[in-house]
Amino acid sequence: MSLLFRSRNQGAQQVKISGFRRFVMFWVHNAQQAVASLGELVRYPFASMMTMAVLGLSLTLPATLYVVVKNTDNVGANWQQASEITLFLRKDLSAQEVATFTKRLSLSAAIEQVTWIDRDTGLAEFREASGFGDALNSLTENPLPDVLLVTPAADQRAPNAAQQLLVSLRQEREVEEARLDIAWLEKFEALIQLVRDGFLALALLLCLSVVLIVGNTIRLNISSKRDEIMVMKLVGATDSYIQRPFMYTGVWYGIVGGLIAWLATAVLIWWLDGAVRAVSQLYESQFSLQGLTFNEMMVLWLLAIGLGLLGSYVAVRKHVAAIEPQ
Amino acid sequence: MIKFEQVSKTYPGGFQALNQVSFHVEPGEMVFLTGHSGAGKSTLLKLISMMEMPTAGRVMINGHDLRKIGRREIPYARRDIGMIFQDHRLLLDKTILDNVALPLLIEGYSMQEARKRVSAALEKVGLGDKLRHYPMMLSGGEQQRVGIARAIVNKPPLLLADEPTGNLDPKLSLEIIRLFEDFNRLGTSVLIATHDLGLISRLRYRTLSLKDGRMINDGLAEN
Repeated sequence: MSLLFRSRNQGAQQVKISGFRRFVMFWVHNAQQAVASLGELVRYPFASMMTMAVLGLSLTLPATLYVVVKNTDNVGANWQQASEITLFLRKDLSAQEVATFTKRLSLSAAIEQVTWIDRDTGLAEFREASGFGDALNSLTENPLPDVLLVTPAADQRAPNAAQQLLVSLRQEREVEEARLDIAWLEKFEALIQLVRDGFLALALLLCLSVVLIVGNTIRLNISSKRDEIMVMKLVGATDSYIQRPFMYTGVWYGIVGGLIAWLATAVLIWWLDGAVRAVSQLYESQFSLQGLTFNEMMVLWLLAIGLGLLGSYVAVRKHVAAIEPQ
Repeated sequence: MIKFEQVSKTYPGGFQALNQVSFHVEPGEMVFLTGHSGAGKSTLLKLISMMEMPTAGRVMINGHDLRKIGRREIPYARRDIGMIFQDHRLLLDKTILDNVALPLLIEGYSMQEARKRVSAALEKVGLGDKLRHYPMMLSGGEQQRVGIARAIVNKPPLLLADEPTGNLDPKLSLEIIRLFEDFNRLGTSVLIATHDLGLISRLRYRTLSLKDGRMINDGLAEN
């Protein structure tokens, strides 16, 4: 549409192009500009490969860390089993009552096995283990209660289920106190959380640096085409028309950078897997690293493309508008 | 077509390039703009092409106040104005075809549709056989004519030329002016800035003369 001369037919209207064709042509033009941007990159392969490699390798580190955390989670899931609940019984129970209680517990479906450590055995063990032998001899009566070691059934070993079992056992008349030792599990969880948080912070920093690097490369591209941009503005090109090829350059950086990230992550995991296998063989277990799944690879690729696009967008927003014809 | 009402332009730093300039170019008119370098010719053209905004006064094109045109609309308004520069501003890494087709592609033509009109425009300036050449392979006069072809390829109602004959000898200069006369005869308004007074006096067109930012003469060129 002509802005200054309303009656003037011009451009696409003059050659009578239908709305549908114009819609199609918009995408055809976009495709042409995308291919033209690719051609530009191929013409200066060294400079563009450097940027793509930086983008790809920057994403490799977070991707590899992600794989490591994911595998640690898998290992953790195997270990996250509460194997034992300790019941301290009331001291006024007779041996007969304890035996009945033990029998009753071992019949419960939630419990696999119950081991009874009677108070005298407990004291003997304690005397040997602690080295307080003589001091204990001076006691007039045994201060220790009878203890039952309860092994939950296989389906009751997850932390939550074990916790519930613990609560119900605590309510038994015979039980003075019940303990579930999951402190080490919590420590392990906290450690994984620490790694996960560190990985997230690192990933965010690297993503930010990718955006800045791509932005800077695109900025250099823009300033090397300053004259061309000025001429385009003089003959009536809108900012978005001028920006589009640069945005496509950013997308191409992302596409190739994402492929580089796949490759480098795969190589790094293959290399780490050797070390992990060696360690796990020492522990006589069969464990090997799980690489990226197809979905995760797609997410990584989209992330690379998104970062490339974001970097170029940041650059064109600022620098294309700043170039004014003189 | 072009109307200046008491237009002044002061650049940041205090230099006053134009001082209360008023004139009116009618539709279909061909007008020369002259004056020494620094007299304000380039500033006047920049105000018309919206590369600068006036400090005071109004610039109108076809009844539209240019101050009311938003930043985002400027590209569309520029498509109505064909601009020709002394240094012709061609893209040196693109062929003549791509250079001249640029305004059409920006408007959304496909390359096939653009090619026909590019050929016609180049034919008009006498370069119909140079489609595949690069600007560096052409002479100065030919490069200037490519610049003209690019300016007229989408048939704008208004042509602005800034020293179009600046680097050319008198014979080539006259050829270029004859081209402008051809477009003028087809109804295009033409405004040509030049300091080539000899050329103007032979042609006897209406001439606007600037001196130190003031309009000192509006009419036929003297001497």
